[in-house]
Amino acid sequence: MDLFIEGINQAIQMIITGDREIFDITATTLRVSFTAILISTIIGLPLGIVLGLTTFPGRRLILTFVNIGMGLPPVVAGLYITMLLWRSGPLGQFGFLYTIEAIIMAQILVSLPIIIGLTSSAFQQLDHKMLLQIKALGATRFQTVTLLLKETKLAIFAAIMAGLGRVLAEVGAAMMVGGNLKGETRILTTAMVMEVSKGNFEIAIAFSFILMTLAFIITFILTSLQQRKENV
Amino acid sequence: MRPIVITLLTLITLISTGCTNQTSESASEIILATTTSTEDSGLLDKLIPMFEEEHNINVKTIAVGTGQALAMGEKGEADVLLTHAPEAEEELVESEDVINRKRVMYNDFIIIGPQEDPANIHGETLGDAMEKIYETSSAFTSRGDDSGTHKKELTLWESANRSPFNESWYDETGQGMGSTLQVGVEREAYLLTDRATYLAHKENFDDIVIHVEGDERLFNIYHVMQVNDEKHSHVNGTEAQLFVEFMVSTPVQAVVEEFGIDLYGQSLFIPYTE
Repeated sequence: MDLFIEGINQAIQMIITGDREIFDITATTLRVSFTAILISTIIGLPLGIVLGLTTFPGRRLILTFVNIGMGLPPVVAGLYITMLLWRSGPLGQFGFLYTIEAIIMAQILVSLPIIIGLTSSAFQQLDHKMLLQIKALGATRFQTVTLLLKETKLAIFAAIMAGLGRVLAEVGAAMMVGGNLKGETRILTTAMVMEVSKGNFEIAIAFSFILMTLAFIITFILTSLQQRKENV
Repeated sequence: MRPIVITLLTLITLISTGCTNQTSESASEIILATTTSTEDSGLLDKLIPMFEEEHNINVKTIAVGTGQALAMGEKGEADVLLTHAPEAEEELVESEDVINRKRVMYNDFIIIGPQEDPANIHGETLGDAMEKIYETSSAFTSRGDDSGTHKKELTLWESANRSPFNESWYDETGQGMGSTLQVGVEREAYLLTDRATYLAHKENFDDIVIHVEGDERLFNIYHVMQVNDEKHSHVNGTEAQLFVEFMVSTPVQAVVEEFGIDLYGQSLFIPYTE
């Protein structure tokens, strides 16, 4: 228990004194997580809508893969991306391994299925009578999607939050493809693993405190947006 | 939907601009694959900035076990290696995967364990100690990760003519030295560790003591070597060679000699060039 209090003290101290390293690590964490979740949302939302609203051959198979992907162990994502990005691998010439971009790729790989899966199930649950009615009122395709997005707002926010939670908590893949490079690819979770293995428990606890605070703030903002009443 | 997208975009722009001034994009960079002990001890945090300043080359330090570091060298995935498994390294020299291998420094391995000393090995010779641990089936924690330390441990069992690897008292963690140390301490087991890691963790546990030390077979010798850029086309040979020369240069050796004295009252690594 002393260690825990010490850790929180250390975290507060590091934040107050404006520790350069902790600022870098936190900024990198946020940058990676937001970029990954933004890209996942931009790609995943339309795909989820299409999978949820339309029927076509092979759709069920795709949904099965998406659902498997929702539980994809991050280490597996890390391993595959590492092999892809190796100098001797297919994408080797770009030199992506051990960069922020590599971590973002891994984070997209673990969060994209969550966004697609949860979006598509939200759209599948829409009342078919409502769809008919929208069509009957002569809405354009864009208007239809806008209306449906409003209808599924709760579920979509939940999808983004679930994805973000996964990305913020992820450590195995980030370690493998990022290499935990000081000042470059070190994020809060990989820094924690490293500090624990160094025996610096109070620094690890300080990092955990910062990570949890971030998670709380972000989720709080998203929840408020989700629960906000439409004043139209 | 628009508000979130705008919020997210603003946040990202803010954050991205906040940390784009990380490492100035220098013309070249090298990947250094090394062992966890050099990174965990903090030695590389001191040396790498010196090198980067001197040559304007960005060094990406990947701290893995020696086994993985050597494998990265073999595949040409790293440019320069700093490892401590002389025999395995020589194999790579022979296969011409690495060139320009140079001795850098050493520290030593020690056998630590609970103060109660259930196998009664305190002060024994290395051979007798291994023998007694085996005979008394005392808990022993191994890294089991093909690292330099693990390779060393295997040779010790081999020279004692014992193979405890399937015994219930013998645990393999498959993790780095720091984590293995913690597992070993929790299980009140004996284990082989390098002195640097032990000293770094010492304050976290009280009743663990050094039982065996000083045998010359426990010397832990580090070599630096560059990956052969003639055999592996992607390797940055020139920069790697600069790093090898840097590691054996006089100023670096002076830093190595001093390193750790302020914290632990003793050097963690001892300069040992050829």
